[in-house]
Amino acid sequence: MILDPEQLYKIANLAKLEIAEDTVQPLVEDLSRILSMVEQLNGVETEAVWPMAHPLNATQRLRQDRVTEPDKRTELQSIAPAVEDALYLVPKVIE
Amino acid sequence: MHNQTLVQISNSLKNKEYSSVELTQHFIRRIEKLDAKLNSLITINSDLALQRAAEADRQLAKGEANPLCGVPYIHKDIFCTQGIRTSCASRMLHDFIAPYDATVTERLNRCGMVMLAKSNMDEFAMGSSNETSFYGPTLNPWNLERVPGGSSGGSAAAVAARLAPFATGTDTGGSIRQPASLCGVTGLKPTYGRVSRYGMVAFASSMDQAGPMTQTAEDAALVLEAMAGFDDKDSTSLDTPCPAFSADLGASIKGMRIGIPQEFLAQGLDPLVAERLQQAIKIYESMGAVIKEISLENSPLAVPVYYVVACAESSSNLARYDGVRYGYRCQDAKDLQDLYRRTRSEGFGQEVKRRILMGTYVLSAGYYDAYYLKAQKVRQLISQDFAAAFQEVDLILGPTTPTPAFKVGEKMEDPVTMYLNDIYTIPANLAGLPAISLPMGFVNQLPVGLQLVANHLQEALMLNAAYQYQQQTDWHQQMPAEFK
Repeated sequence: MILDPEQLYKIANLAKLEIAEDTVQPLVEDLSRILSMVEQLNGVETEAVWPMAHPLNATQRLRQDRVTEPDKRTELQSIAPAVEDALYLVPKVIE
Repeated sequence: MHNQTLVQISNSLKNKEYSSVELTQHFIRRIEKLDAKLNSLITINSDLALQRAAEADRQLAKGEANPLCGVPYIHKDIFCTQGIRTSCASRMLHDFIAPYDATVTERLNRCGMVMLAKSNMDEFAMGSSNETSFYGPTLNPWNLERVPGGSSGGSAAAVAARLAPFATGTDTGGSIRQPASLCGVTGLKPTYGRVSRYGMVAFASSMDQAGPMTQTAEDAALVLEAMAGFDDKDSTSLDTPCPAFSADLGASIKGMRIGIPQEFLAQGLDPLVAERLQQAIKIYESMGAVIKEISLENSPLAVPVYYVVACAESSSNLARYDGVRYGYRCQDAKDLQDLYRRTRSEGFGQEVKRRILMGTYVLSAGYYDAYYLKAQKVRQLISQDFAAAFQEVDLILGPTTPTPAFKVGEKMEDPVTMYLNDIYTIPANLAGLPAISLPMGFVNQLPVGLQLVANHLQEALMLNAAYQYQQQTDWHQQMPAEFK
């Protein structure tokens, strides 16, 4: 196995996902299988190759730094799970 | 009416052979009668569709309507539609009603098109069989024990079953072309940046591209004219004029140089699919095309490159689903970490989680260079192979999929086997090239597709080559018996 359960828990923590105990082994196996497929890439000589950044070698378009969007706070917050006084509510972070 | 192509329907509407309301009612009745067998749709939009059809009829009566005015279509449930749920086939967005329209939605609306329903898909477009949908799998209209492909499987099945003359799709690694191949319809992925990604739920932003799924290349050309074009709201939208994609249809392809990549004829290609492909090549030869063997040496590495790049991008893109601003939120979170973790664990399905974990891993400290940077370098090599090939040929031709549709459940156990379905479609996404899948016959009573890939921005040339093939063949006119 390329990946072990400890590494799986570590990346799950980074990705903010819970891993149910009965899925640890199948996930370790699946991800290891995918990673071993990916290891084919190690056989390619890429020393002099520049990593691709954009399929058409385009660069990011810039725009003037001015306000273009109207205020849509009410519409955008109307679909939020919990809002009060125009603020998004989450469980208490600081006591 | 349902067996007409989009272009025929457009003419019938213009000539007042029937109204848009009559046409819309006809398709709604078909949906009500037939979709229970397929599960190709997530949300059906009958009332609003009839209102829109009535508006279209008023436009048509004035005699100055767009050719797409009054034509019904099905929208993949990945495009935001103001006031109508956009679920992305995920529990995470089961109750999500977007406060705005995607650019594609807005453009099709502006033409007077009538949205009938939103189609089923793999969850967050991650899958090749439609089996990862929160709403259950879509089935293939040619054989109800088989998958329609994915991720735009609902759209492909709906067009094949003639529930609409056109459906939208999105394609990150083959998600328009692979289901088009398995369902016997025409599916086009444009050049990266041609069609705006604004309001299209993001999966892998450097490859995601929307396109049409129709019966014919002629239909696809007409719809692409409406979908494509520069959009200020998408930072990667191409600020390049779009030609009239349907204007070149009919030009002779005599002397057109078509390359057959030898790498696409190996790697588990079903011999019967290979036979159909040889017949398709003969048809192109008979039309005067010059067939050349070419090599895309690094293309066999497209699948591993893709599963690094696409997973990396999706793990970043899907970080936004945190239960705070919209979408699913878990009950009774005890603290902020618990809110994030349980919201995401309960809201995402298995394949989505697997890809987020994979993406997180390849981007994590100590692995970034070995996986992500390496993959982007090999991606460059794959792209360079195409660039070299397009010095010698005008178009590349090969199979869309290695096999016809497989059975439901057959490939769900092993993700790597599932991923290999997209072996011929992924290279075009990595290189940002336009590509189209066309029906090229049947293998064991199941449709299979041929794929054309063109150089950047050469959709018009590619569509003409596709159109010419469809003038010589009638595979695209075949309909599944149960849905005639």
